[in-house]
Amino acid sequence: MGFFSTRKHGNDGYLEGLLRGFRKGILTAADYANLRQCDNLEDMKLHLSQTDYGDFLAGEPSPLHTTTIAEKATQKLVNEFMHIRNQAVEPLATFMDYICYGYMIDNVVLLITGTLHERDVSELVDKCHPLGMFKSMATLSVVHNVADLYNMVLIDTPLAPYVQECLSEDDLDEMNIEIIRNTLYKAYLEDFYHYVNELGGQTSLIMNDILKFEADRRSINITINSFGSTELTKDDREKLYPAIGLLYPEGTAKLSKAEDVDTVRSILEVYSSYKSFFSEGGVSAETSLEDSFFKHEVQLNRMAFEDQFGYGVFYAYVKLREQEIRNIVWIAECISQNMKQKIDQFIPIF
Amino acid sequence: MSGKNRLNIFPTRMALTNMKSKLKGAITGHSLLKKKSDALTIRFRKILANIVENKQMMGATMREASFSLAAAKYAAGEFSNSVIENVTNPTIVVKMQTENVAGVHLPTFEKVSESAVSNSQELTGLSKGGQQIGKSRESHVKALEALIVLASLQTAFITLDEVIKITNRRVNAIEFVVKPRLENTINYIITELDESEREEFYRLKKVQGKKKKDLKAKEAAKSELLLQQNTPTVATPTSKPAHKVKSMIEDEQEEELIYE
Repeated sequence: MGFFSTRKHGNDGYLEGLLRGFRKGILTAADYANLRQCDNLEDMKLHLSQTDYGDFLAGEPSPLHTTTIAEKATQKLVNEFMHIRNQAVEPLATFMDYICYGYMIDNVVLLITGTLHERDVSELVDKCHPLGMFKSMATLSVVHNVADLYNMVLIDTPLAPYVQECLSEDDLDEMNIEIIRNTLYKAYLEDFYHYVNELGGQTSLIMNDILKFEADRRSINITINSFGSTELTKDDREKLYPAIGLLYPEGTAKLSKAEDVDTVRSILEVYSSYKSFFSEGGVSAETSLEDSFFKHEVQLNRMAFEDQFGYGVFYAYVKLREQEIRNIVWIAECISQNMKQKIDQFIPIF
Repeated sequence: MSGKNRLNIFPTRMALTNMKSKLKGAITGHSLLKKKSDALTIRFRKILANIVENKQMMGATMREASFSLAAAKYAAGEFSNSVIENVTNPTIVVKMQTENVAGVHLPTFEKVSESAVSNSQELTGLSKGGQQIGKSRESHVKALEALIVLASLQTAFITLDEVIKITNRRVNAIEFVVKPRLENTINYIITELDESEREEFYRLKKVQGKKKKDLKAKEAAKSELLLQQNTPTVATPTSKPAHKVKSMIEDEQEEELIYE
């Protein structure tokens, strides 16, 4: 352990220090209390400028829109992430790339959709998530059909193996886009899981928990959200469940047969960590279920910071900051739409 | 006023009958238009009340819809792009029909298609936030329905407003312009006819007077002649009365003839 940790410090210590510095910038309960008092978005801007966000909204013409706030806040996160990524050496560099793949999947799916509906793909590039940008995106203008998209663009991206493993060319044309997205994501999660276990040590310890939870969350969500759907049969549904996580394989097998929320609830009864998610909800089980998931995710990611010598913090930081952006946007929406009674429904981080 | 506000017409009995039938027509038209205007106004008021109610409801529905979108975005992240790119067929189609209210064609809009979720959109947010997206979809459909209802009401409102204005203008025109003018014309014709009757009467009187005068003069001349001729005769007193009676009857007959 001793040698291992010194090596770690030698390679990644600076970056981890930097990251923990960034972590200090995550809004505290006091910041949230201040934001909640705001009467309009200009007030929010003022309050945010006293936090680590600084002048991220400077130069934005008023009136401010919540989308602008979301955009700028995401941009700040991307900048920080890239700052670290650019200085990272292996294996942290690969680990950080893995974090990006998730966003890349969303972007690729968006591009496939655009191509299928014969939109101008180069226009879509602007709408892609900045964390999921890849180099070959520039060549997208030559793409006119899905086969081209795969052969000329996707093949050079890290996503190529996922696509190759799970999907044929016909699938890309015919399958429901959400199924493609989830198939890719499943492959990605499993790959990521194997990668962190290769890295071993603290990284795998922390990341296992997070990724397993992510996998289980996806399985549960896919089950609940596909009730009554004609597009997704039960067999297909089972194929979308990631082959990792606490629920795999027994729970997912049961989930694949579930017909309604109550069945899901009874399946999850036996898993102590997920049991509470359902019992809290009562009648409006679904809404609070999402919230409980978010809460649990934040909890897990927060735990990552209690630990050293692992890469889990890098992943956790991105996720926490995403949650923070969601929170800020939520507060902004509540303020701008005059729904202050619901303003407390966000999930504080620290 | 009466001098100006009348039809330029030659006052004859024929024209009088014409005018009278025109006036009758105008009165019937006026009452019909008045009824139409009343019917439209009743409808108009009803629509107005509906619009107020709908607009108030609209505000609440819209707020709910946009807030549910915010909630969905919170849960599912930015999903609007993938929704936009997935659009294939319209899920909601509005059809226009016309409704006939007192001869006015009011356009009404109706939602025809079932607001079924299209296959490509059904699984949006499959991995997270699907519930919220579904809820947001529902509330937006509700808002859209309210919007459609409001749209037909609003169009009907504008159309009716226009028609009511036109009808009222016609009603007023008949009441305050056409009718008085016809009445004035009728009065004018009647007075003119009376006037000419009086004139005629006076003229006849005059002619009669003249004739009487002439007759008197003639008679005077005659009696003088008789006086001159009969002075020598003795039997005049007996023959004179008999002659006089005769001539009086003749005279009277003649007079009556003239009168006729």
